[in-house]
Amino acid sequence: MTTYTKVAPPEGFSAPGLFATSFEKVLGLARSYSIWPLPFATSCCGIEFMATVASHYDLGRFGAERLSYSPRQADLLMVMGTIAKKMAPVVQQVYEQMAEPRWVMAVGACASSGGIFDTYSVLQGIDRIVPVDVYVPGCPPRPEQILDGFMKVQELVKNESLRKRYSPEYREMLERFSITPITPAGQH
Amino acid sequence: MLQKDDIISKLKETFASAILAVEDPDGIATFTIASESIIPVTQFLREQLGFNFLTDLCGIHYPDQELPLGVIYHLHNFQENVRVRLKAFVPGENPSIATATDLFPAANWMERETFDFYGIIFEGHPNLKRILNVEYMDYYPMRKEYPLEDPTRHDKEDQFFGR
Amino acid sequence: MEPNKYSAETEAIIKNYTTLNLGPTHPATHGIFQNILTMDGEIVVDAEQTVGYIHRAFEKIAERRTWYQITTLTDRLNYCSSPINNIGYQLAVEKLFGVETNKRIDYMRVIIMELARIADHLICNSVIGVDTGALTGFLYVMQEREKIYDIFEDICGARLTTNIGRLGGFERDFAPETIQKIKDFIKGYPKVLAEFEKLLMRNRIFMDRTIKVGPISAERATAYGFSGPNLRAAGVDYDVRVSTPYSSYNDFDFIIPTGTQGDTYDRFCVREAEMWESLKIIKQAVDNLPEGKPYVDVPEIVLPPKEEVYSKMEPLIWHFKVVMGEVNTPVGEVYSAVEGGNGELGFYIVSDGGRTPYRLHFRRPCFIYYQAYPEMIRGGMLSDAIITMSSMNIIAGELDA
Ligand code: SF4
Repeated sequence: MTTYTKVAPPEGFSAPGLFATSFEKVLGLARSYSIWPLPFATSCCGIEFMATVASHYDLGRFGAERLSYSPRQADLLMVMGTIAKKMAPVVQQVYEQMAEPRWVMAVGACASSGGIFDTYSVLQGIDRIVPVDVYVPGCPPRPEQILDGFMKVQELVKNESLRKRYSPEYREMLERFSITPITPAGQH
Repeated sequence: MLQKDDIISKLKETFASAILAVEDPDGIATFTIASESIIPVTQFLREQLGFNFLTDLCGIHYPDQELPLGVIYHLHNFQENVRVRLKAFVPGENPSIATATDLFPAANWMERETFDFYGIIFEGHPNLKRILNVEYMDYYPMRKEYPLEDPTRHDKEDQFFGR
Repeated sequence: MEPNKYSAETEAIIKNYTTLNLGPTHPATHGIFQNILTMDGEIVVDAEQTVGYIHRAFEKIAERRTWYQITTLTDRLNYCSSPINNIGYQLAVEKLFGVETNKRIDYMRVIIMELARIADHLICNSVIGVDTGALTGFLYVMQEREKIYDIFEDICGARLTTNIGRLGGFERDFAPETIQKIKDFIKGYPKVLAEFEKLLMRNRIFMDRTIKVGPISAERATAYGFSGPNLRAAGVDYDVRVSTPYSSYNDFDFIIPTGTQGDTYDRFCVREAEMWESLKIIKQAVDNLPEGKPYVDVPEIVLPPKEEVYSKMEPLIWHFKVVMGEVNTPVGEVYSAVEGGNGELGFYIVSDGGRTPYRLHFRRPCFIYYQAYPEMIRGGMLSDAIITMSSMNIIAGELDA
């Protein structure tokens, strides 16, 4: 018999017929189980991602059933594979097109740091052009590792403050990557 | 059956002056050809001897030679199942050689790649521009004098061993 | 209307061509390449290709690595069938060193290469299915591919970037469980493959979508340097395994399937038939696996066993020499090719006797035949262009080196 664990409710006050908690936590919970990833698969790691979404490992179990190939609807940019210097502007543009809140996951050694390709044509890690939330090591990471990285992203999403994306620190951080913030300034 | 020796003798007969050297390093007859006769030789091989498949075309760089840059062709005759290798060397200043795209459409991208890596100009090529690297790159990375490593990385530098 | 009534520019305006940018990150293209299409409504008039989006400078890296370290690079060429690349490179270096391998090594290599070929063709064919709207087949056969990866994992510890074997053989023999797994695979796989074929091969929709789509004639295919299943689909029976047998391929009984039209359907069928042939080869190789050591006795290229390295002087020295590339390398040049997943995968090595190759050039079949793509899709529909691309099995890693 398989036993199922239901998603644990956030902290809060419960009484018969009533449950009170903060809006932030409910939203975090909902978001974290309905992440739409944008698979940005360029090379070998992308093949492992194919295995991750396919029947054997099934990323859909984590609420990421729906891959969003359009950046506008995506929440999570999963960069898998080598990003060459020729490709770098495209990655940045895709990131810019995504709506807030957005997260980025660098899957594999190449996306994280250039990997074994310390060469004139390869970008030495995508954190030079976009901010990265979770790095998954491995060349390529096993599907289990990708799933683990995905769960780390879920953790981040769940615990994120609703004000974070409006904070001056966040805007400053984006400007360091020369990305124009899309959240209006000074709103809390 | 077309034998290796037949090819060698036939080519020598027809292009006595253009063939600078004949070798056999790995079972493939290898000819070094004067760069200006590369197209007639390829055409002869293709039309008279049935080498209708261009397996490979690549460049090479020997900085110490008088003619430092080379282009290497591998041709294959499917019917007789023999291969030949042709080499042509060009000078380091303004390296240029005639294009083989009229004979083999397959040469198109391979020549662009060779241009991209070594800066060898293929005269008469329909669209000679960089193929793999970014277009604003201002050097030819596969030449021996250029470094492999990404120049923007400083975390791997070591006082004693370099990188 | 009489011909040549308008100038070309006016004609373009009248016909109202649109420009469509497909890629570099289009969900329908499996990999990173850009096509700028000129469209007349739904019909493709012309295409301009841009490649190089994951150029990683393999050939330059290879000039800085010792002979041992390059196998890792070859993994990343055609990553759907890395073991073929690994073994192809090892065969090329062995040819340079003049090393002869025994039958057991050859047979082990054949088993691995044919398994990799199945994995490669399986992805390609199931992706054609996905592009014509049949996701089921893809999800179904991925399960089988996991079994192949399991076998690779048993042999070398990695799933995808295998770095399988060593120069001069393997570091250790197949375990009995591995052989059992291979036997199980041979037994279970035909059922899956037959079902997959039943799903697509005589499916009316699939046939309508693929027959006469993206065709190429035998002459054009040869001129464009096609090789592998794509060339055979056009009707040329060229296969490196037969024309220049390596690794004892001449011991096995198999046929080279060919097509007639060179269209997408033929490419699909040729790949299907090849998977059956690969199964046949694996079966023969497993059944007749000869006895012998899994590595050759050439200290120049074979790492000594680890226990001896830790306890004896001589093996320790050799280990050091091999790893640092301090052995005597022959001067010379070789061209050695294997039949990769996509065709003739060639390795052209020039050695000046140093610790690294002086020049290592990979003949990458994808790179060479992808240039024919505009010619193949001209005059077809946009959605046909996508299917043509996936049936050519363009692998970005191999394309861009
Ligand atoms: S990390 Fe390794 S497997 Fe992933 S893209 Fe880079 S080289 Fe390929």
